[in-house]
Amino acid sequence: MSERRIIQSIVWQGRVCDCVLEEDRISELRPAEEEGSGGELILLPGLIDCHTHLREPGQEHKEDIASGLAAAASGGFSSILCMANTDPVNDTAAITSMMLDTAARAHPRGPALHPVGALSRGLAGKELAPMHELARSGCIAFSNDGVPVSDSSLMRRAMEYSFDLQRPIIDHCEDPSLSPEGVVSEGPLSDRLGLRGVPSVCESIQVARDILLASYLDIPVHLAHISRRESVELIHWAKNKGVPVSAETCPHYLLWTEDKVGDYDPLAKVNPPLGTADDVTALRQAAREGIIDILATDHAPHAPFEKEVPLSRAPNGISGLDTALSLSWGLVQEGVLTQKDLIRLWCHGPARIFGLRANGFNPGDPADFLLFDPRESWTPTADSMRSRGKNTPCLNQELPGRIRLNCREGEVLYGQFPKGIA
Amino acid sequence: MDWPHKDLLSVDQLTSSEILELFQLAQNFEEINSRLVKKTPTLKGKSVLLLFAEPSTRTKTSFDIAAKRLSADTFSLATKGSSLEKGEDLKDTGLTLQAMQPDAIVIRHGQSGAADFLAHQLHCSIINAGDGWHAHPTQALLDGFTLYKLWEGFRDRTLLLVGDIAHSRVARSDIELFAKLGVSVRLCAPRTLLPRHISHWPVSVYSDLDEACRGVDAIQCLRLQLERQQSGLLPSLREYATRFGLRKRHLDLARAGAKVLHPGPMNRGIEIDSQLADDQDSLILDQVSSGIAIRMTLLYLFLTSTSQRRE
Repeated sequence: MSERRIIQSIVWQGRVCDCVLEEDRISELRPAEEEGSGGELILLPGLIDCHTHLREPGQEHKEDIASGLAAAASGGFSSILCMANTDPVNDTAAITSMMLDTAARAHPRGPALHPVGALSRGLAGKELAPMHELARSGCIAFSNDGVPVSDSSLMRRAMEYSFDLQRPIIDHCEDPSLSPEGVVSEGPLSDRLGLRGVPSVCESIQVARDILLASYLDIPVHLAHISRRESVELIHWAKNKGVPVSAETCPHYLLWTEDKVGDYDPLAKVNPPLGTADDVTALRQAAREGIIDILATDHAPHAPFEKEVPLSRAPNGISGLDTALSLSWGLVQEGVLTQKDLIRLWCHGPARIFGLRANGFNPGDPADFLLFDPRESWTPTADSMRSRGKNTPCLNQELPGRIRLNCREGEVLYGQFPKGIA
Repeated sequence: MDWPHKDLLSVDQLTSSEILELFQLAQNFEEINSRLVKKTPTLKGKSVLLLFAEPSTRTKTSFDIAAKRLSADTFSLATKGSSLEKGEDLKDTGLTLQAMQPDAIVIRHGQSGAADFLAHQLHCSIINAGDGWHAHPTQALLDGFTLYKLWEGFRDRTLLLVGDIAHSRVARSDIELFAKLGVSVRLCAPRTLLPRHISHWPVSVYSDLDEACRGVDAIQCLRLQLERQQSGLLPSLREYATRFGLRKRHLDLARAGAKVLHPGPMNRGIEIDSQLADDQDSLILDQVSSGIAIRMTLLYLFLTSTSQRRE
């Protein structure tokens, strides 16, 4: 017996619609039958986050797969990718399988977890990780995230080898020789606070290298967490030339500048470090115009005590799964992004780059969707955040919008169906 | 003197009139240092913790003497080999020390922002005795006091800082203090030892030492950390000494009566000519005695006015 459900009077891209579900699939999205009733909840496809750190195995005091997926569920995600810099590193089938088993046991309905395998063995940047074995056991992409690939030859071989396995390479762009122990962006702030600065070229030099490799090999590369104007300009140039490059940025780079560090606030310490107002302007424009393809959280949870140290000693990272949609919605309210941009940046873009299915609300599409109430607000606090990592500069600050329901394949991951379901 | 501050973290927080008042007050305290019996009961019963997580001789001794001359008790923490040396348990160390009820903690730490961090965590007064590359406010105050006693007013005066500006908390604090007092500040250093965005600072920058010295009233030489050469910022110490080592002839280019300062410890023959350091134009030892007066003044202000207000 097939179960048919109708969610009535919800808003899809500005129009009041009814959404018909057939079990785990979308059956139809049509103009609402009853005008006037409801029409306040916004319908969005389930979000995909291609960049998280779930810390399991090895650093479960920061986060584990169960708590990370719980944060993803309440944050509106239907799928997330998790990076390989666990302890031990995800460079063998055993670790990948363990991650997938843990996820399936903790959250059988989802959000779906897609591990990203290590690009190099132990992330050491010396020899290739066993990519075929990793791909076969479930890795969706490869990356050395957290530890930049300094060796351009290794980067080239990784791109070539993984291309045959149809798995994209995600590169964390940083020339570590330019940023030894860098704490904040190099600029007036680092000069004033007496902190080691990270120059903007530290990112853009590696972006340029990756673009030139992608162009030379004609093999795609995905650039993680882009944060500076020069990088955006290089990506723009590459795309105009037809180089197969894609890029992501994070809500924090679209919202905040280095000033968030203020007088040594470790919650604003992240790698790459927050940039200038000019960087924010460039990234916003790039996200609108598609030069930046997608958004990702770079969810990097840490235990509170780890951030309660002098800034130079604090670990890098912002916890992002809980707050991503509200922060992005703030950008829609500000007029920086449209709802359409939001859907492209958080769903269809990542689905295209990583070969995942996405919900376009066409008949037969997976019923991965969420209902979002833009009139409400919420405040991320140590209690309200589901991630174990409470490390975000917007902790204890009111954020716009609230997720009322997150469904994957028609099953509730978070919240509940509104009344008026037929 | 009204003293509204809980902590002294950087010169930033002081107004120019506060600084000048502090200098006036320091002159009274300096007088104590020349007495036969160098002790007053002003701070009897108060305790000051000296938390030095980096090696220091003069600053630590200076605070110790300053506190003892005012009859405060001082306690030093041996940090060598402790976990604090790595800066890892600063919060716990701070809370532990606070539980011992000191009236003030004087902290020296290798991490920029360490004093700010402790000031946020603790309710007793924190006096920054140097944090990373960030700030060394008592050094700047003692440099200012040394010249205050010599000059009649700071207007139309020019101070030159020579040496490693980028990695120097003394330079940062001196620039803030002297710019606040209306002194024009010049810097002279190789570009590798200057902050990248120096144009945002209220200074003029020179790469030639002769040119930089022309017409200045005082020259502060900064200590060159010898490891700067290893980290690729300098080709050799010899080349540095040739280009930036201060000699007698530089003083001849300066305004008549110009003085030489150095926060110590000196590398004789590198940033400063050995003879020049001992010359009559050198204020280097005056800086040391001014330091005691300035620190007595600060301890007096923190341990009388603020604590009274708190209770």
